[in-house]
Amino acid sequence: MNAEGGGEAETVLRLSNITKRFGPLTASDSVSFDLKRGEVIALLGENGAGKTTLMNILFGHYVADEGTVEAFGKTLPPGEPHAALAAGIGMVHQHFTLADQMTVLENIALGTQSLFAPRFDRGRALARIEELSRDFGLEIRADALISDLSVGERQRVEILKALYRDARVLILDEPTAVLTPLETEALFATLRKLVATGLSIIFISHKLNEVMAVSDRVLVLRSGRISGERRTADTDRGELAALMVGETIKEPEVVEHSPGDTVIELVAVSTAGRAGGAPLDAIDLALREGEITGLAGVSGNGQAALASLIAGTTKPESGTIRIRDEIVSDWSARAALAHRIGRIPEDRHATGMIGDMSVTENVISEAYRSPRFSRAGLLDWKSAEQFAETIIRDYDVKCPSPNARVRLLSGGNMQKLILGRAFDGEPQVILANQPTRGLDVGAVAYVHTKLLEARNRGAAVLLISEDLDEVLALADRVIVISKGRLSPPSKRGELSVREIGERMAGHGFADGVTDAA
Amino acid sequence: MEAFDILLTTSFWVAAIRIASPLIFATMGELICERAGVLNLGIEGIMTAGAFAGWITVYAGGDLWLGVAVAALTGVVFGLLHGFLTVPLGLSQHVTGIGITLLATSLTYFTYRVSLPEVTSPPKIEPFQPFAIPGLSDIPLIGPALFNQTPLTYLAYVTVALVAWVLYRTPVGIAVRAVGENPSAVEAQGISVTAMRMGAVAVGSALMAVGGAFLTMSAFNSFFFEMINGRGWICIALVVFGSWRPGKALIGAILFAAFDAYQVRLQQVTGGVIPYQIFLMMPYVLSILALIVVARRATYPKALMVPYQKGER
Repeated sequence: MNAEGGGEAETVLRLSNITKRFGPLTASDSVSFDLKRGEVIALLGENGAGKTTLMNILFGHYVADEGTVEAFGKTLPPGEPHAALAAGIGMVHQHFTLADQMTVLENIALGTQSLFAPRFDRGRALARIEELSRDFGLEIRADALISDLSVGERQRVEILKALYRDARVLILDEPTAVLTPLETEALFATLRKLVATGLSIIFISHKLNEVMAVSDRVLVLRSGRISGERRTADTDRGELAALMVGETIKEPEVVEHSPGDTVIELVAVSTAGRAGGAPLDAIDLALREGEITGLAGVSGNGQAALASLIAGTTKPESGTIRIRDEIVSDWSARAALAHRIGRIPEDRHATGMIGDMSVTENVISEAYRSPRFSRAGLLDWKSAEQFAETIIRDYDVKCPSPNARVRLLSGGNMQKLILGRAFDGEPQVILANQPTRGLDVGAVAYVHTKLLEARNRGAAVLLISEDLDEVLALADRVIVISKGRLSPPSKRGELSVREIGERMAGHGFADGVTDAA
Repeated sequence: MEAFDILLTTSFWVAAIRIASPLIFATMGELICERAGVLNLGIEGIMTAGAFAGWITVYAGGDLWLGVAVAALTGVVFGLLHGFLTVPLGLSQHVTGIGITLLATSLTYFTYRVSLPEVTSPPKIEPFQPFAIPGLSDIPLIGPALFNQTPLTYLAYVTVALVAWVLYRTPVGIAVRAVGENPSAVEAQGISVTAMRMGAVAVGSALMAVGGAFLTMSAFNSFFFEMINGRGWICIALVVFGSWRPGKALIGAILFAAFDAYQVRLQQVTGGVIPYQIFLMMPYVLSILALIVVARRATYPKALMVPYQKGER
């Protein structure tokens, strides 16, 4: 994608010996690199490798302990985002920095006109936004509220925000994490247009295929250091993966396996609408023994409603839930546990674990009422601690002691605790909602292994994931969710990524409730 | 129907607008703070301090408008204190706000006692006088109510228009609203979240203090203990009732004031049959009912009560 061809291009950005420590952790360890005009650098690394820290330093959100950032030959003052902005550096954050209840126009123009001006010049802002969106094919309604936009559209707003300020260097932090395959293609097309006009791009990602598709040069970060630098044309996925992880991690092998009886069945189940995603619309779903059912879909299409329904935290508005052919009328979180449903929640920090409580307290939180852990209303701490120690040992959780506060654990270790808790007592159904989000490659492989083990011993697994590759790798059959409705299941390998992507965008649902896009 | 006839009397509407005026100031003040993401429960105390500061300035021989300025400045001081504790230090906005109310109220009473140790009945000042706007005040019923009031009431109208203008039509207003929605959006644009929030709380608190000063300088003509009497808390509810919009909040303030003015007159009409406490309760009961209907659908500023720490992981 290099617009300059092979010629000697101007250096637009130079990082020299950037070091940043958070307590005992060195998040960035004397990192140096140059970025040329019209070049796309991919910054590749696992979660926690220091990619985001580095970019936050570059953008002035953090102050580096050592090192300097130079933009267009001038050293940037540390810790001042507006200096970075003024120097032509624009950043599209992984978590969008948009104000939801305000319009696209207001979000883009925020801070571009003097705060002491008596009047906001709406006309000028609108004209410029329209010009930019025309030039770069970034269609957007300027007067729409951010809260009414899809994730892909919000990202477009973020890119427009940077362009509006004449960004010459664009930093994209995990930009595809929230996009559908089609949206990702559209983003790449936009990036190509931007590079053609002489912009330089830093593309942060941990997805190898995207890095290969979009970059000219790859910098691999591991534990805060640059562990390798390659021209994209001269490398391949295997080499990059090895540089990223430092060792070869083997994904578990999926052995074909035929499913058994239906364990849990939802018949014509609808849920009440509530904030945070679509409600379920008369869905039928049967989960069978020894089978992983993968649920693919764009976030916000009813995954949350389905997950909380199966977890027992919401009741169906209409329809029935059957477990082993018996209708369950009184559905609740307690009922779900009593029916041996193991739950891996979407958000470890918010709903999975209680950060300020200990490992022991957290692992018994679903079973503290059982005679195993309490007698006559008093907790049996000895037995609880033994249980915690068993999980720590069996699941290889790295933590100082069962009394440690969960907040201090890394994401991967927290997830292992959740697995230990959910898999205790051999659950017959396993609800795995985004089980590997934010984990490093090693931890991902571990979670996958455990899910496959559970499936092989006969559990019915529902895998909800926004990572399509994960769903395709693990699931015995794939169902797509769109606007609270389910597609018919397709067997492993039956549909291509593209076909699934189309379903995720709402196409091809049987009764014609589709976007006519 | 005597109870209905009250609504057709000029004096009722004049009273309603007069009662609404301090609420309008303080509600606009609270609205600015909350739009920037800072709940200001110091409002009750700041109004008390403003009421006293304005009054004592005039009592000591100052000009009425100087009194308003001193009241506003007093508000700024307490606002900056609240802002300093909640914004850069990120302390709990609830606890800090209640602390500011206790502090400001007690300091005010203390200062009052120290400066006027001998008085037994509260001394009076010469307050703002009603000023009829020629032409407009001749409109029947609403003319005298809206346009034969004291200059402070007119200032209250201007304040609403100004707040609405600034919030929706100026760059700084966009930044204030954004900082209450998503502070990192503001930081990412190179604007200081701390400065925006502190500024909003200071300006908002100044308006609260002027609202308090209205009571001593345009209504009761003297300062006495407990005179704010929960008006600050009502303004907190009015902000929610108004869904954080200046125009709607203005309507809320006038509605509440009208209920208040109405219940006083209704007491006289029904005389003795119903205990008067029932009437006193009425505006509050109605505001709770109104909140139940309106506020359930309200969308809060997303970052309200969420402290922002730069570079937090």
